[in-house]
Amino acid sequence: MIFQRVFHKSTAEVVGQPPTVVIQPTSGWKPINLSELWQHRELLYFFTWRDIKVRYKQTAIGGAWAILQPLLMMIVFSLLFGKIARLSSGDIPYPIFTYCALLPWLLFMLGLNTASTSLVVNERLITKVYFPRILVPSAAVLAGLLDLFIASPLLIGMMFFYKITPTASIATLPLFILLALMTTMGIAFWLSAMDVQYRDVRHTIPVLTQLWMFATPVFYPSDLIPEAWRIWYGLNPMAGVVEGFRWALLGQGGTPEPLIAVSVIVAVVVFVGGLFYFRRMERSMADVV
Amino acid sequence: MSDIAIQVENLGKRYRLGEREPYKALRDIIASGVSAPFRRLTHRQEGKHQANPEYIWALRDVSFEVKQGEIVGIIGRNGAGKTTLLKVLSRVTEPTKGWAKVWGRVGSLLEVATGFHPELTGGENIYLNGAILGMKKTEIARKFNDIVDFAEIGDFLGTPVKHYSQGMYVRLAFSVAAHLEPEILFIDEVLAVGDAAFQQKCLGKMSDVARGGRTVLFVSHNLAAVTNLCSVVYLLDKGQVVTSGPPQEVIGKYFASIRPSRAVSLRQRQDRSGDGRMRFTDLVIQDGKGNPISVTASGQDIEISVGYEASDNQPLQKVRVGIAFHDLFEQLLVLCANDLTGELFETLSPRGRIVCRIPHLPFYPGRYNFNLHAEVNGIVADWLQPGGTLEVAGGDFYGTGRLPPESHRSFLMSHRWTANESKIDSVVNGNE
Repeated sequence: MIFQRVFHKSTAEVVGQPPTVVIQPTSGWKPINLSELWQHRELLYFFTWRDIKVRYKQTAIGGAWAILQPLLMMIVFSLLFGKIARLSSGDIPYPIFTYCALLPWLLFMLGLNTASTSLVVNERLITKVYFPRILVPSAAVLAGLLDLFIASPLLIGMMFFYKITPTASIATLPLFILLALMTTMGIAFWLSAMDVQYRDVRHTIPVLTQLWMFATPVFYPSDLIPEAWRIWYGLNPMAGVVEGFRWALLGQGGTPEPLIAVSVIVAVVVFVGGLFYFRRMERSMADVV
Repeated sequence: MSDIAIQVENLGKRYRLGEREPYKALRDIIASGVSAPFRRLTHRQEGKHQANPEYIWALRDVSFEVKQGEIVGIIGRNGAGKTTLLKVLSRVTEPTKGWAKVWGRVGSLLEVATGFHPELTGGENIYLNGAILGMKKTEIARKFNDIVDFAEIGDFLGTPVKHYSQGMYVRLAFSVAAHLEPEILFIDEVLAVGDAAFQQKCLGKMSDVARGGRTVLFVSHNLAAVTNLCSVVYLLDKGQVVTSGPPQEVIGKYFASIRPSRAVSLRQRQDRSGDGRMRFTDLVIQDGKGNPISVTASGQDIEISVGYEASDNQPLQKVRVGIAFHDLFEQLLVLCANDLTGELFETLSPRGRIVCRIPHLPFYPGRYNFNLHAEVNGIVADWLQPGGTLEVAGGDFYGTGRLPPESHRSFLMSHRWTANESKIDSVVNGNE
């Protein structure tokens, strides 16, 4: 009954028209099909929604983990690096200095953790249904945004507590969130596509993110790096993201423009490269996964 | 070309042996990189070790066209490439060579419950699964109630599907899939799920699809369903289209290919009774034209031909032959005998063949055993219980492509209907 209702219109439309889909072998580097991604935008929404829904199912405290994780890390860092090692955090109290960096950092870390294995986890889907596979790791990263939002009221509270008034630079915050997403997705595209081929990837992620944190000014200020080297420091796009967050929220010091500029360039290169690499690997995913 | 929905040309898909390529560990890549310079040295000695990795063609030079509104069945034994074909056409995997063109919005059901998440509730999974199958959010919202009704899950809508029974799970999954409204539908074996009643419901839904004018490609082992639904059937073997045509014909060839039909010898059988004056020697089932077949179809003209010989090489007097059909529960169904039709053999030569011709076979698809019985001069000469098996697969008894539902499986009876509205009154009045 439902079936009959719909169909008839198409018959006339299709006559004499070019095919909707041409299926043939492809080879080499192909750009990602943007119009197809646009057609599937609702699916990206549903995958993100699913990842969010499922993330804290059957946990005792649920979404509170999104606050607890940065909070605990902040306390540990404040004790270890603020009190004991006495790392300078400039004019900013150490706890808010590091908490502000932990928000984008955890987005990055959790994003990589879930996204890089996401294709293998969704193996059933990949081998049975067609859709742009890139939606899967993308959604895994996007789902982390909710954690960021859950954790941010604590940041606002701390800003009140330490009497830090945001400057006009706070308006640039969305851009840095975007930069954080782009960096995370870019790397997630590479890693998730590789994980399909080489299951080693998943084992390297914890080590990778740990080392990466030391290369990112999460618990120390980037002034620790000698002036002449700082631009190169921006090659780690997360350094630009973290510095950008601090600058936008806390208005700390001068604008770290050169470093951020380098980070933006690197993030774009990684992201676009990731899109191409992913597209290249996509065609054999269903056979290999 | 204007009314074509799918055009496939020389389509081929190559896999590494073992169906899926084994995933490589990074370690292997590194190891092979390190050992590469040395391999050239060792290679010559080992020779064979470097032989080409073995590939198989899951699909080879497949070409066909499907017209709009055609329901196409794809049959073949396991590993013949049926699922691979659907996977390539629904773009899950890329072909290795050739091409295919598709006109229209495609929906594919290679598996029910694809993308169901056990932690999500039934309602949530309807949305998720619907979106994965290609429905828009508004479309799902519009059909939500229909989907829930069809699945008969009612109160469990808010329960995570991991707590569902297998039956409920499958019903919900099929229900979402059944409300998909693409122009072209690829279906793989979805009917092989659920209990008999629900399968029947699914089949009904499929018939609706068929009558809706949609183009459907249907892979199945359920040959009755294929006969029932499809207008054209392709038989795949080793990745190639072996034959295509009307369901009856192709299914017949399929059975012939897996179970070559030949005469079944009855000489060695010890489990027989009778005085042995006459013995059945062999059995052949034939189509209406006398070609041996291994499988018959409802509505087909068939012949059961038995060879016989007399023990004393003398002509046989007053021979009565009976064939009694049973269902698999040993329930006697029907008796065919030459004295019933008034064709008693007064004298028969000492050896020869007796043929029983059954026009328009009235059996529902299934398996039937039959006994063979012979009397000479009123004395039982040979009796085989059972003497043979009649395999009935699919069929188009009524010439409409329809058979009664499984729940009404029984004999098929030819019948005609008329309606004459003006006479109703007079009949009623006449009774008064």
